[in-house]
Amino acid sequence: MEIVLNTPITREKARELKAGDIVKINGVIYTARDAAHKRMLENLEKGIDLPFDIKNQTIYFAGPSPAKEGEVIGSVGPTTSYRMDKYSPKTIELGLTCMIGKGSRDVLVIEAMKKYGAVYIGAVGGAGALLSTCVKSCEVIAYNDLGSEAIHKLEVENFPGIVIIDSEGNNLYETEVQKYRK
Amino acid sequence: MREVNVALISEAIKEMCIEANCCLNEDIYSAIENAEKNEQSEIGKNILSQLIENAKLAKCKNKPICQDTGMAVVFIEVGQDVHLVGGSLTEAINEGVRRGYVDGYLRKSVVKDPLIRENTKDNTPAIIHYDIVEGDKIHIEVAPKGFGSENMSKVYMLKPADGVEGVKNAIIDCIKSAGPNPCPPMVVGVGIGGNFEMCAKLAKKALLRKVGSKSEKAHIAEIEEEIFKRANNLGIGPQGLGGNTTILGVNIESFATHIAGLPLAVNISCHVTRHSERYI
Repeated sequence: MEIVLNTPITREKARELKAGDIVKINGVIYTARDAAHKRMLENLEKGIDLPFDIKNQTIYFAGPSPAKEGEVIGSVGPTTSYRMDKYSPKTIELGLTCMIGKGSRDVLVIEAMKKYGAVYIGAVGGAGALLSTCVKSCEVIAYNDLGSEAIHKLEVENFPGIVIIDSEGNNLYETEVQKYRK
Repeated sequence: MREVNVALISEAIKEMCIEANCCLNEDIYSAIENAEKNEQSEIGKNILSQLIENAKLAKCKNKPICQDTGMAVVFIEVGQDVHLVGGSLTEAINEGVRRGYVDGYLRKSVVKDPLIRENTKDNTPAIIHYDIVEGDKIHIEVAPKGFGSENMSKVYMLKPADGVEGVKNAIIDCIKSAGPNPCPPMVVGVGIGGNFEMCAKLAKKALLRKVGSKSEKAHIAEIEEEIFKRANNLGIGPQGLGGNTTILGVNIESFATHIAGLPLAVNISCHVTRHSERYI
């Protein structure tokens, strides 16, 4: 089923999405990858707030290439999500409802998605040039010193994805691969 | 003795870094096109057609195919009758990488220290493999490599008793455990023999060969053929979402080894396996 998904996404809305749903995402999403996650959660332990209100938000595991003159953003495909597995249970607990990335997730992440209501959406890895055409604005809102790993606030239109793991723990990687295994 | 100014090498490497990152090699492009025609999964077929569209767009806009423009890997063969002038060869290579990544709007993905992790902001240093060969030419190959796939690579120190079956099973095991993480369809580079570090270098070098090319050694070509079939029967498919296109190709290089060992390295690469080559 193809669904137009507008951000922010409530926990209730996240629970409605099912593995296999084809989505087109519109609205604000935030990029964060290894270094930004590490800093966000280390800061939180020191009592420093996250650089944006994470409630009902979407994190895109990505670090764009630099924009040329006149471009909104460089190439911006997903990075491999398992490296954020250490951090995602906490961000979900804090209110994150949607993650965009590629690749498998740890059982603890999936447990948190089930418990709180969150969804994991796959974007096509290695299609960064194509995905960049869906980004209408881009602003670094925190951790500028991290370069590509800084937190970018993106406004996207018709950003294509597919629900890989839903809030019931259904996992498209498992169900689809079985169909083609010989 | 032929004199070559290292500035020529810097300039070549700069151009090769940009070219490799923005123009998908013809062999890979054709392999994706063929796979798209033969893919059984609808989701998979759709993903492959997006990859084709992405490659076209990247080439047309001179934009990176993938935002992970990699760590620059440089293989350089210097003829023993070449006299390099104008400065240090290593510095010239890194200067080429620096200019390619800065001037070409490529992502700077290198940290100076693996534990302190401060970005060098110009993607240097490169990983450089030097070789001294006969003649008066310089052969340069630049292969920027992203880490989504690099992280899925493995070295196996097998026993001679494991033999060819052990080798095949380990390669399949590596592809299977990589699953959806390295952006399948993958390109698989394999090194068999040598020692611990040599097999890894062979595996990397294997990725420089065109996909679809066969090893000149008949017994190795047979393994390539079998792995190609077995890997594509795993069901992983494009992006790991199911299908019969799990790998676009597997290239194997081999070398002499010790009586006690059977080293094996599997270097997993993605559908954006980059490679640019020049002679100076």
